[in-house]
Amino acid sequence: MPMNEEFKPKIVAFCCNWCSYAGADLAGSSRLAYPADVKIIRVPCSCRVNPMFILRAFEKGADGVIICGCHPGDCHYSTGNYYARRRMAMLFSMLEYIGIENGRTRVEWVSAAEGVKFSTTMNDFVAKIKSLGENVRLGDIRCKN
Amino acid sequence: MQRIGVFVCHCGSNIAATVDVKKVVEIVKNEPGVVHAEDYQYMCSEAGQALIAKAIAEKNLTGIVVCSCSPRMHEATFRKAAERAGLNPYMVEIANIREHCSWIHKNIEEATEKAVILARAAIAKVNLNAPLKAGESRVTKRALVIGGGIAGIQTALDIADAGYEVDIVEKTPSIGGRMSQLDKTFPTLDCSACILTPKMVEAAAHEKITIYTYSEVEKVSGFVGDFTVDIRKKARSVDMDKCTGCGVCQEKCPSKKTPSEFNRGLGNRSAIYTPFAQAIPNVPVIDRDACLKFKTGKCGVCAKVCQAGAIDYEQKDEIVTEKYGAIVVATGFDTIKLDNYDEYAYNQSKDVITSLELERVMNAAGPTKGHLERLSDGKHPKEIVFIQCVGSRCSDDRGKPYCSKICCMYTAKHAMLIRDKYPDVNVTVFYIDVRTPGKNFDEFYRRAVEDYGVNYIKGQVGKVAPQPDGSLLVQGVDLLDNKQILKKADMVVLATAIEPDPSVRKIATMLTASIDTNNFLTESHAKLRPVESPTAGVFLSGVCQGPKDIPETVAQAGAAAVKAIGLLAKDKLLTNPCTAKPDELLCNGCSACANVCPYGAITYEVKLINDHGIREERRVAQVNNALCQGCGACTVTCPSGAMDLQGFSNRQIIAEVDAICR
Repeated sequence: MPMNEEFKPKIVAFCCNWCSYAGADLAGSSRLAYPADVKIIRVPCSCRVNPMFILRAFEKGADGVIICGCHPGDCHYSTGNYYARRRMAMLFSMLEYIGIENGRTRVEWVSAAEGVKFSTTMNDFVAKIKSLGENVRLGDIRCKN
Repeated sequence: MQRIGVFVCHCGSNIAATVDVKKVVEIVKNEPGVVHAEDYQYMCSEAGQALIAKAIAEKNLTGIVVCSCSPRMHEATFRKAAERAGLNPYMVEIANIREHCSWIHKNIEEATEKAVILARAAIAKVNLNAPLKAGESRVTKRALVIGGGIAGIQTALDIADAGYEVDIVEKTPSIGGRMSQLDKTFPTLDCSACILTPKMVEAAAHEKITIYTYSEVEKVSGFVGDFTVDIRKKARSVDMDKCTGCGVCQEKCPSKKTPSEFNRGLGNRSAIYTPFAQAIPNVPVIDRDACLKFKTGKCGVCAKVCQAGAIDYEQKDEIVTEKYGAIVVATGFDTIKLDNYDEYAYNQSKDVITSLELERVMNAAGPTKGHLERLSDGKHPKEIVFIQCVGSRCSDDRGKPYCSKICCMYTAKHAMLIRDKYPDVNVTVFYIDVRTPGKNFDEFYRRAVEDYGVNYIKGQVGKVAPQPDGSLLVQGVDLLDNKQILKKADMVVLATAIEPDPSVRKIATMLTASIDTNNFLTESHAKLRPVESPTAGVFLSGVCQGPKDIPETVAQAGAAAVKAIGLLAKDKLLTNPCTAKPDELLCNGCSACANVCPYGAITYEVKLINDHGIREERRVAQVNNALCQGCGACTVTCPSGAMDLQGFSNRQIIAEVDAICR
């Protein structure tokens, strides 16, 4: 990447349909801006996020991945976010071991009423990724042009 | 290969102002599978939907992507439009380029680029979509109402009048709720009990309504149309069938030192008690924590005096299990604790009370028999100061950020009633703003000021200092005159913020109903679905959804009832076809998926499997589509990757990831 060009990170956000996706909708209808670098994928529940999806994202050149779900105790499916929390804790520590800094991955609980939290979380996450710079650790060289 | 049509909506200028929709159309035309792309002013309009139908027919489309608002808004609209045009509704995907794009970005180039990427992700996904068919589930024609206040009573009456069975579960010994504690109601000054008790009696007498008081919802399973609920009927220690409600037991009970919950702790009640005279049912309960028989083993007076032989010290909690098609939450509110507000001296002086406590003081059945008197010395007060917004509209975490909505009106009511009954009493109200929108509300407030001479001062109170002579020194500020005010008062009344009843948290968790940061239940859509929880089959009635006065609560209670009736009137419901599906060839029957399924939807069957020519009997997972709710927990748990989720398959999500990271 040329030095003078501003770093535009690629950020994938997995949002559960019941809380966080609705929170993102509320951020939108409330016009609470966050950088366009964040692209949201809708999943029924945070527990639907397979660690494989996150590895895939990093492999394909993502600079950060964030998983958003309902607050603990508020999961639409009762227990899904607990599974997500455990799986991601495990995955993130392994990712760190292979060189994907902890700051590049995050789990955040955002309810349908928390448009403000969604926006501030995304602003904060993008700032963090920008400070970390481009992710080069896991990128599949075959995916680069 | 799919034949995909992409439809990009302008949404007037909502999208088109920040996203170059023409450019999006041009770019996505070249995406794999796309055979048609066009833009239109309003895709959700009849003309827009006709456009989609026409393209489906003419271009023989097998899948469509609509780039528009959130799928939570119009996914159902476009699915129906596609279905009418002969396309399977699950061949529709939405790219959310409004809430997640045009509304939050200002730079047209950036927003357009993002819209293209979101469209690509949706196209990549729809390329892998498969037609799905919704199943059917049955509807149990019975409703549960949690909470027996005016909201719950009204909802139950409306549902019952439509011909459906309703159960009310109320945690206290009587239905009636907060409204039963009120003395008068604004803006007409009706006696609260006079308008509430007929409704309570009607609910109790209704052949379709069953009331469980002193009971709590313990467990909820199932889903819309088919909930199974365990209700714990706490031991009353009194046989409901035998008790005649004569009240002798309460009179003779020697333990009379328990603060009365109904009177907000002003005054005591006996250990065996009915909360108030008009309680329904008129059957007392024994408070086992206060009862001498339970505490010391001695006493037993109530059993001796009960002519009906209704006292039963051996009674145990009972669990009732019932099935329901719809559940209405009507758990109501409480006032906040004032422990963080030392400046108002609430915990130091008996003459500083909350407005709800004043309701009890003003009530003829209350601790002072309706006489306005200081609770410290029983003297008649000459100066009363009301302080508004105690804990409401609070910017720090001591209180609540919201307006409690009812306080301006009930304070005007209190001030007016006091001035009417006791013209010698001066009434001063410190307020931030007076908010009285509502039919006949502002007129009511103006009457308090103009006809009753209530002194309204715009400004807040910094401190209430109890004085050695028993009076209270109120230190406030008059913002309009820009001066400090020191006022000696005999009584101070705090318009304390209301908050959802604490029990709602546990209930929301059991129902998997969303709750906001203030513990109010979230509605499905703030404007268009205000009485429905995002959880199907769960409806919201009264203050559990947000602060409300009685007219609004009753209106919303009726609305919640109508929504519940609409559900109960159906014989069958269409189920979500996005359920888990095992690949029997890959499954090794390890049980990992069944262990994480919150619905018990996964079982195992021994089946003859033909694995590339090898025929053998294997234990493989089976998903019950009627039970599976499609969370996807099993798909990630499965060690062999055999379980996948229809509509959100591994391949579909990876295709989205790839499109975004491209």
